[in-house]
Amino acid sequence: MLNPEIKAKLRAIVGEKHFRDDPEALVAHSYDGTPMLQSLPDGVIYPSSAQEVSDIMKVLFEYKVPLVSRGSGSNLCGGTVPVEGGIVMVMHRMNRILEVDRDNLTATVQPGLITAEFIAHIEGMGLFYPPDPSSMRISTIGGNIAECSGGLRGLKYGTTKDYVIGLEAVLADGRIIRTGGKLMKDVAGYDLTKLLVGSEGTLAVITEATLKLIPPPKAKKTMLAMYRDLYGAARTVSRIIESKIIPATLEFMDNPTIRVVDDFAKLGLPLDMEAILLIEQDGEPESVERDVERIREICELESADRIEVAESREEAEKLLTARRSAFTALARLRPTTILEDATVPRSRIADMVLRINEIAKKYNVTIATFGHAGDGNLHPTATTDARDTEEIHRVEAAFAEIFEASIELGGTITGEHGVGVVKAPYLEWKVGEPGIEIMRGIKAAFDPHNLLNPGKVFAKESKKRVVLQHG
Amino acid sequence: MGEANANILKKPNIQHTNPLAQTLLNKLDYDQLTNCMRCGFCLPACPTFRETGMEPESPRGRIALMKAVADGLMDPDQAFQDQMNHCLGCRACEPVCPADVKYGQLIEQARDAIEDHAQHSAPVKGLRKLMFKGVFPRRGSLKLLGGSLAFYQKSGLRKLARGTGIMRLFPEHLREMESILPDATSRGVIERLGTFYPAKGKPIARVALFRGCIMDVMFADTNVHTVQLLSEAGFEVVIPEAQVCCGALHAHSGEMEEARSLARLNVGAFKEAGVDYIASNAGGCGALLSEYDHLLHGDADEGMREDAKWFAHRVIDVSRLIVEHGRVPRFAEKHAADAETAVTYQDSCHLRNVMKSGSAPRELLRGIEGASFVEMKEADRCCGSAGIYNVTQPEMAGQLLEHKMEHAADTQARYLLTSNPGCLLQMKLGIEKHKPPFRMEAMHIVDYLYERLALSPENKPQEK
Repeated sequence: MLNPEIKAKLRAIVGEKHFRDDPEALVAHSYDGTPMLQSLPDGVIYPSSAQEVSDIMKVLFEYKVPLVSRGSGSNLCGGTVPVEGGIVMVMHRMNRILEVDRDNLTATVQPGLITAEFIAHIEGMGLFYPPDPSSMRISTIGGNIAECSGGLRGLKYGTTKDYVIGLEAVLADGRIIRTGGKLMKDVAGYDLTKLLVGSEGTLAVITEATLKLIPPPKAKKTMLAMYRDLYGAARTVSRIIESKIIPATLEFMDNPTIRVVDDFAKLGLPLDMEAILLIEQDGEPESVERDVERIREICELESADRIEVAESREEAEKLLTARRSAFTALARLRPTTILEDATVPRSRIADMVLRINEIAKKYNVTIATFGHAGDGNLHPTATTDARDTEEIHRVEAAFAEIFEASIELGGTITGEHGVGVVKAPYLEWKVGEPGIEIMRGIKAAFDPHNLLNPGKVFAKESKKRVVLQHG
Repeated sequence: MGEANANILKKPNIQHTNPLAQTLLNKLDYDQLTNCMRCGFCLPACPTFRETGMEPESPRGRIALMKAVADGLMDPDQAFQDQMNHCLGCRACEPVCPADVKYGQLIEQARDAIEDHAQHSAPVKGLRKLMFKGVFPRRGSLKLLGGSLAFYQKSGLRKLARGTGIMRLFPEHLREMESILPDATSRGVIERLGTFYPAKGKPIARVALFRGCIMDVMFADTNVHTVQLLSEAGFEVVIPEAQVCCGALHAHSGEMEEARSLARLNVGAFKEAGVDYIASNAGGCGALLSEYDHLLHGDADEGMREDAKWFAHRVIDVSRLIVEHGRVPRFAEKHAADAETAVTYQDSCHLRNVMKSGSAPRELLRGIEGASFVEMKEADRCCGSAGIYNVTQPEMAGQLLEHKMEHAADTQARYLLTSNPGCLLQMKLGIEKHKPPFRMEAMHIVDYLYERLALSPENKPQEK
């Protein structure tokens, strides 16, 4: 509960309408896209400017009240659930595109801007912003920056961090900092811009971002290759890269995923295939044609059962829809869907998919796998029921083993969703004890009183690593 | 695939002290509450979220509130009840929901529970009882109402009422509504065409017309035109006399039991008619008719449950019936001399989101000679009419209508067409209120198409 003095001060900053602590507001900001996680805040605030954010932070700093900043609350790691109460700050009112600079090829935007709306605007001007997380129709740019979101184009174009070149952010004590700028080169001190990208709201509240834009590719081609043999699909991925072709998109779906996506989107996908690769190449028209032809040869060599090259934009969109619906379509199987993002070097994709299948079998749980095969980022997705505690325990044990397997193969516990609450106990497995210590030091330098998104990234206790027996 | 464990607790085992919370826990489909995975994909589709940017005003937010009440996390206070009523019920969130959550059913269950405990003031209670139990379900009362309305409109009483300023005693939005009401009639479609109308040419199928309650009083012409259009497209049409109001307004207002008894009467009436299709020309009615199987899934009588499925699977929108199964007649725009006449179309939410008839009306309009179809921006977004929403929630409805009319004006269309009486009245109100800078007319798509049937005068369909 907040004392009336704090509430009065917050209301004085944003106005009566934009601070709420009624039950309806508290309940509606107690969750995000993460299953089985809910915690009530003490208040919800909707600022309209960096100055208001700064004034709010000064009040919260004075009274030592925690703050969780958020956009649409679509993340999957519990990153915006107020697990230690405090204030949830919703950035929706700060949703403007402040400037598109054609000379410098940059855009300056506010954090509450919806990603897809930004992309539509930029593309309307003949420019290109590549990061395209599957949730982009609802996610905000600020949320994408906080989680360093990836997407389907990560392999060739990189992720959010590769496009954020300048930030304005409010520190825990209310001071406003500016990092980077419309600069392609800038080595003035530590790179705070990159540090804030992916910091999950634990270091500062982002209030403005300068994003790098690039010219759009002139041509694009989309194709599907379908395999009865999982390994044929995995070897195809390796061979394409070996052939020095970097596709714009190289996506993977296993059989359980294919079935549910087809049921959802009615795309007429063949249901007897063990794997589908969705491959997209863009660039100059001639080189796109050449690459697609070469990729087709590789698919044939690896015994793809069917290969379809989209002949029109509509056909291509249909193929893309299949992959984009995967996560959410899986939700139809059972009430609860738990999706992770273990990531391995792409040469180990086949091993990782095999490992996931073994683990699912061992724990007798259903796990469908799809993901960004080109960058080794897989989404093993468990379909279960939160009300079945016994099964949930098995699912959790299976995921712990999947994280372990990922690290063993040279990978990581999370490729693009973030650590949040869900993966905090496993972070030490990836970064080691000294890694955690350094990160805690950084956190303390930014936020000495642990007010910004407390309870995230760092676990109270790290999970003990299980010793795995592989036959 | 892991099978659901039969032993798990499907609903929390809580005894709520708040009686409304207990009713909500009992009535809400807890599986559906659990199925919402809070991905948020519904947010951009929701008109009230788009207007306010507030999470509680979104489907995800409302479901979270329902679940919080069922779980005992919050009390179903006045704000909760208001929030449930603030939803338009347009169901635009359902087609975009990856998890296939039946939001429309949840919101109806919530309203039904709220209605069970509602403390309406005496006049409101009286009016609800009169309308829901006395007028809508009863053919005789409706005709009487139609007759008195017609008398009011034609006798000069309306003129008198408007002239004396008595209308000024009503809230502004009700006054606005009164001004755009069409002329009512007590001569419905059966009085004008009889209960059977033959097909032009070889009959493709036997179709029953669902005439609706308000439709047949306020828009009897549209019903007549629907029958004649269907006949032109090759269907023989029957109009079962025993049919009653669909019950949609009841279901959306939390009067579920009344809705169910109306549904049973309709199922019986149409089953007896033995038809291939049940045609609806009102999205709001059609959507509920197409969900009678769900509405009656708990019926004690197994035969009724089966018949309800039979019924629900035959319900189809008139445009879709003509496009998908009929012989599409030739339509020509009469004004077309040199320039083509621009027409645009506002979706009826329930027609699009529940009956899945978004493309058929557009296909018909694209086929009209001398007319050009212009797609309106956000045509699939609710206009704010939403049953009786524009009467109960005038502020939000007004905002939605304002945006709608901006988009409508951008199309430069001479005709703004729609497929539901509520939407049509709202469009008329919008044109009246926001006055586009050129001549624009709102019409039901059936009336528009009927008038553009390219027929020689002697081939024009006849009334009795």
